[in-house]
Amino acid sequence: MTTTPAIEIAELTKSYGDREVLGGVDLQISSGTIVALLGSNGAGKTTLVKILSTLLKADGGRGVVNGYDVATQPAQVRESISLTGQFAAVDEVLTGRENLELVAQLRHLENARAIAHDLLARFELTDAAERKVATYSGGMCRRLDIAMSLIGSPPVLFLDEPTTGLDPQSRLEVWKTVRDLAGQGTTVLLTTQYLDEAEALAERIAILHRGRIIVEGTLAELKQLLPPPTVEYIEKQPTLEEVFLSIVGHDDFTELGVPR
Amino acid sequence: MSTNTFHDTAVLLKRSLRHILRSPDTIITTAITPIALLLLFVYVFGDSIRSGHGRYVNYLLPGILLITVASGVSYTAFRLFTDVSGGIFERFQSMPIARPALLWGHVLTSVVANLVSLALVVAVAVAMGFRSGAGIRAWLAVVGVVLLFTLALTWLAVIPGLTAKSVDGVSGFSYPLIFLPFVSSAFVPTGGMPGPVRAFAQHQPVTPIVNTIRHLYAQQPVGNEVWIAIAWCTGVLLIAYVFAMRVYHRKTV
Repeated sequence: MTTTPAIEIAELTKSYGDREVLGGVDLQISSGTIVALLGSNGAGKTTLVKILSTLLKADGGRGVVNGYDVATQPAQVRESISLTGQFAAVDEVLTGRENLELVAQLRHLENARAIAHDLLARFELTDAAERKVATYSGGMCRRLDIAMSLIGSPPVLFLDEPTTGLDPQSRLEVWKTVRDLAGQGTTVLLTTQYLDEAEALAERIAILHRGRIIVEGTLAELKQLLPPPTVEYIEKQPTLEEVFLSIVGHDDFTELGVPR
Repeated sequence: MSTNTFHDTAVLLKRSLRHILRSPDTIITTAITPIALLLLFVYVFGDSIRSGHGRYVNYLLPGILLITVASGVSYTAFRLFTDVSGGIFERFQSMPIARPALLWGHVLTSVVANLVSLALVVAVAVAMGFRSGAGIRAWLAVVGVVLLFTLALTWLAVIPGLTAKSVDGVSGFSYPLIFLPFVSSAFVPTGGMPGPVRAFAQHQPVTPIVNTIRHLYAQQPVGNEVWIAIAWCTGVLLIAYVFAMRVYHRKTV
């Protein structure tokens, strides 16, 4: 509790017409932690992330990211964050290298080429660097997507359902990337509907339900609570995954070292 | 701020120009409809429409240029729609990029792409016998009018590009623009049209624009019509710009 919070959310509300999506969200996230925002579809996870990344205006309440108010200082907030949305936001017509260079140039960084070169190596995309992204697999797209988000080393990273729609291998690749990031002091707010994902990655977990944070704490703290009904279904997944992985083979991704 | 806008616009312009270079079919497709109309009207209907003074291709080209732009801006809307629906637009919006740059990158791309398509169409017209004794100043005036028209339609195209829910919605908006020249002086003089049609044809924006370009090519005085043409283009440009900006700001903080 000694570190200043990287994200402070207080009484945040948002409605679409009559439909209330966020009904007063309160959450504090300390600098350098990974927090998973857990919730079923339509719980308001994406809406919250969009407000914090200045894509949406809240109706009421306050959101502060890296010390800047999202409503009154959106430009400074944008300097402090990176957003990886639910669908890979990459330019399919450009090559992987060009995508990275584009973001580096838009962030006004010198050496766009060197930055792209490093990230391609780090995310094991060097071989595919000169190929159009349209030819990439889902996992490669996601890796490129996250690599683009890291350019300029923003202190706060939003990952909105980073593994939804990915096959198990790609999912593990993404997990590994997120863990590496946290090791370097980046604050990560991750939304997910998969409990195992939250369990595997997050130091703290917040459960968003019907527009409010109903539980927030470490995994150990949460385990003392009765699991909500959705947990049962989701907890079966690792078993199925193990079956799947044992059939297809584990080697591909256990060796995914991250060359630095 | 303004240097950032300039820099960011340049980066984004380079990006969309790359898109066009990698799928030049959009430029060719843009030019095909007007070229087909040019061939059809000159070689099939030409003699019946206008037996008399001057080549029909000379009469027809100005209207065909406007149709080229109208079909070209549908790709502008399409490119913007692809960005918005694909998620990269949101990525850009969450980045510290000068706000106007996101739209200006697309607008300038539209201008460049349309100029290339227009050059193709003019080249075909020349091959078909189009000739003009217009001097450099008259040509520059033609380019100026066409450029203003392109900007007006481009900003109009930004609106469906940002708001459309489907690809069909995006491409649909340009059909009325493509057909507007048919009820104008673009293909036949308005004098022979029946009353109400004539009234519409003489008072819609395409007619003064077509007549202005035609007179510039024919080295005739442009008269009042050039001002009416400029007023129409500027008016549409301003209204479309204000609406597009309003839609854009509603989409962002």
